[in-house]
Amino acid sequence: MVAQHIAFGLTAFAMAVGAVRVVTTKNVVHAALWLMLVLAGVAANFILLAAEFVAVVQVLVYIGAIVVLFLFGIMLTRAPIGRDNDLDNSQRLASLVVGLLVFGLLASVLSKQYGRVHIHPGTIQRTSDVAQSIFTQYVIPFEAVSVVLLAALVGAVVIARRD
Amino acid sequence: MLLNEFLFLGAFLFATGVYGVLARRNAVLVLMSVELILNAVNINLVAFGAFRDSVVGQVFALFVIAVAAAEVGVGLAIVLLIYRNSRSIDLHDVDVTMKG
Amino acid sequence: MDWILNHFWLVPAIPFASFWLILFFGKRMPGKGADLGIVALGAAWVGSAWAALAWIRRPTTGSGADSLRRYIEHNYTWFNNGQIKIRFGFHADGLAVMMLVVVSTISLLVHIYSVEYMRGDVRYTYFFAALSLFTCGMYVLVTAASTVQGLFGWELMGVCSFMLIGHWWEDQANSNAALKAFFTTRTGDIGLLVGISILYFGAHQTFNWESLNQQALSGKIDHTVVLWGAIALMIAVIGKSAQFPLHTWLPDAMAGPTPVSALIHAATMVVAGVYLVARTYGVFWSAFSIGPGTHAHHGVNILAVVGGVTIIIAAMLAFVQDDIKKVLAYSTVSQLGYMVMALACGAWVGGIFHLFTHAFFKACLFLGAGSVSHSGSHHSFDMKKDMGGLRKHMPTTFKTFVVASAALAGVFPLAGFWSKDEILLSSGRNGYWWFTAVGVVGAMLTAAYMTRCIYLTFFGEYRGHGHPHESPKLITVPLVILAVLSVSAGWLNAFGLHYFADWTRNEVFVAAHVKDYPFSLPLAASALGLAIVAAAFAGYFYVREEFKLRGLTERSSLAKAGHEFLLNKYYLDHLYTGVIVKGIRGPIADGAYWINQNIIDAIVNGVARYSRLAAQFVYDGIDQTVVDGAVNGVGAGAEEGGIALRTLQNGRVQFYAGMLFAAAALLGLGLVLFV
Repeated sequence: MVAQHIAFGLTAFAMAVGAVRVVTTKNVVHAALWLMLVLAGVAANFILLAAEFVAVVQVLVYIGAIVVLFLFGIMLTRAPIGRDNDLDNSQRLASLVVGLLVFGLLASVLSKQYGRVHIHPGTIQRTSDVAQSIFTQYVIPFEAVSVVLLAALVGAVVIARRD
Repeated sequence: MLLNEFLFLGAFLFATGVYGVLARRNAVLVLMSVELILNAVNINLVAFGAFRDSVVGQVFALFVIAVAAAEVGVGLAIVLLIYRNSRSIDLHDVDVTMKG
Repeated sequence: MDWILNHFWLVPAIPFASFWLILFFGKRMPGKGADLGIVALGAAWVGSAWAALAWIRRPTTGSGADSLRRYIEHNYTWFNNGQIKIRFGFHADGLAVMMLVVVSTISLLVHIYSVEYMRGDVRYTYFFAALSLFTCGMYVLVTAASTVQGLFGWELMGVCSFMLIGHWWEDQANSNAALKAFFTTRTGDIGLLVGISILYFGAHQTFNWESLNQQALSGKIDHTVVLWGAIALMIAVIGKSAQFPLHTWLPDAMAGPTPVSALIHAATMVVAGVYLVARTYGVFWSAFSIGPGTHAHHGVNILAVVGGVTIIIAAMLAFVQDDIKKVLAYSTVSQLGYMVMALACGAWVGGIFHLFTHAFFKACLFLGAGSVSHSGSHHSFDMKKDMGGLRKHMPTTFKTFVVASAALAGVFPLAGFWSKDEILLSSGRNGYWWFTAVGVVGAMLTAAYMTRCIYLTFFGEYRGHGHPHESPKLITVPLVILAVLSVSAGWLNAFGLHYFADWTRNEVFVAAHVKDYPFSLPLAASALGLAIVAAAFAGYFYVREEFKLRGLTERSSLAKAGHEFLLNKYYLDHLYTGVIVKGIRGPIADGAYWINQNIIDAIVNGVARYSRLAAQFVYDGIDQTVVDGAVNGVGAGAEEGGIALRTLQNGRVQFYAGMLFAAAALLGLGLVLFV
């Protein structure tokens, strides 16, 4: 128990720092890299929650593909390398307030509702159970998601092609 | 482990993501903030799934990941197009500002 | 047989219809409207005669002094709003039927006469239309069941009288005379309206004549109310029936055509006042305590005084007239005085009977005067200048004139003898001895002035400029008919026969116990004798040149003053026009004008001014400031609000996103905290 707490604490701290740096850094590439740290932290949390398949998928897809996509996007849009002072717009303060408001709301609700609830992730969930659930109960969303991916693929090609 | 730990973490990530969506000028950075939000949701889903001893949380997290990937793809394609048209992805320039 | 009595409204309806027909179609008819008029009046005469016959054959109820024929009345509700109920209806009894016969006969004969007399007149058709309308008006008055309806007929006759007197209005004098007639009778009509109103309220809100009479006789109406009602009605009688002091219009009304004078101012309209008294006799009987048995009976009452005075002064005025129609006019006034006095002295039968007979002989006299002017004196009525010795040239006219005059003077056995005798007898026996004396004096005067009139017109040498000849048949035949009636009409109540009294006896007569006296030979003989003496005196005065009373007015200043007084008609006209009218026209009118301009106008202008000021204040203070301020304020507020809210729509996507999140967060917070 204690080990998991410590592990969670460490990952949470890293993620928090990383998230804050994503939205505050003045270097676009650094933001992508901080994002990668956050994503890794999320995968670690997944493992802590005994959802190893999701964790692995997270690493594969998010870190492996999406962050790379972001870097490609940054490169293709000629983002200035190095410091750029114009990355925040004029409503920073209002946004901070809104963010704090949202966090306050969520925090108050959560603390009220789930104050003393414990999780006991028991047996490690097998991938086969996940697969079982996907392909029997949630097969229709699965098919829908595949269509979405196809559409996204085609759409991205159509939108971004040069002609 | 306390459920609340994960939930609070998710909430923090969500709020940070909201801040980023509202405060960043670069379109790509806005998309990154959206990724933060999505990941916060994923943590919530899986945490509740573990709380309930159900596999549904993980299933939906998988779906979210898939959709997020699709969305980033299309989003970046659009950003590229905008860049090609107006040589800038500064959201100030893309805004439809009212004259006067 | 009783059908006509139950459908009494037909009789007024016939001349009413003929009025409209003549008005619209008269000019196109071959007879220019006269034919329509004669046919209509003929039909009306037939209706009246039938009604008379039906009435006579009605069975009587009661016996002895209480026997009478019950009247027939039909009422229809015209106006009913719960509290006020105005009905119109038709009332058939002996009095009404008798009046119908008189009016129909005279009107029909006048129509026939006018065909010749008015030949070539510029407004020939309208003359006949007006005659029809007038006859309708008299019928309405006579057949009416209520005072309001009677008022309608009364006023209708006043208007027609005005129209007919002023028939030749191209001459200013004629229209003046018409106006004088109208205004004088109108003055009396004030009394009629007031009287009707007083009696309406006094008799517990009824206009019905029978009801009024019954209530008056049985004491249900308070005596003061009845008295004032009767006085007010008396004023109307004085106006319409030309009693002193409102008699001045009748002689001037002679400016109208002679048939009009015969119909309206001898036989019908002027007797409307007498008819009114006869119809509302219950009211008068109890108001003036006419009956000999009543405790307040003094042998005199105001109505009798009015009648008596009228008899004498009118008769005296008839002596100094040179115009033959004026003589007849004053004679009419005097005879009307007889009728009014008779009714006032309890001689109901006498008064009504005299009305009946007077109509015939006076109409005959007027038509005879018209005949004389038409064919004898070249359209002039001046006896001294243009007439004289006409008995040789116009024998029929002369004979009928003499017969009618004798009837007027009360010579046995002509009509006037019986009716005048009835009056003298009844008034005497009822205790009004003074008035019997007045009546006898009046009879003497009548005989005298009529003798003068006949002498000046038909005897002596012809002084005129025309070629006198007898009038055509259309004129002389009515004269003869009327002369025959003058002789025979009196026999209805003569020689111990009491047909007239029996036929006209009605509920009021019986309820009031009006006494009906049998013939008295001594009184009749003495009255007749005195009248003959007077006639002889007058005849002698004129025939004998050296009679020592001749030229009296030149020799004696007292006699001359008296003559002047008479010639100026007692200066009454001067009093009315010069003093009363001028007084009203001058200072009173000026005073009224001053009040109008300075007081009433000041009030009105002040009200207007203050209204304007108030309106100005409302406009400036309230409307502009408060109301407009509010309205403008709302507008300004909306505009400012719009300007403020406009900043929200700036096109910045991240701003919108921020709004979204903030709103959601706040809502969520609210829900969490407060729900």
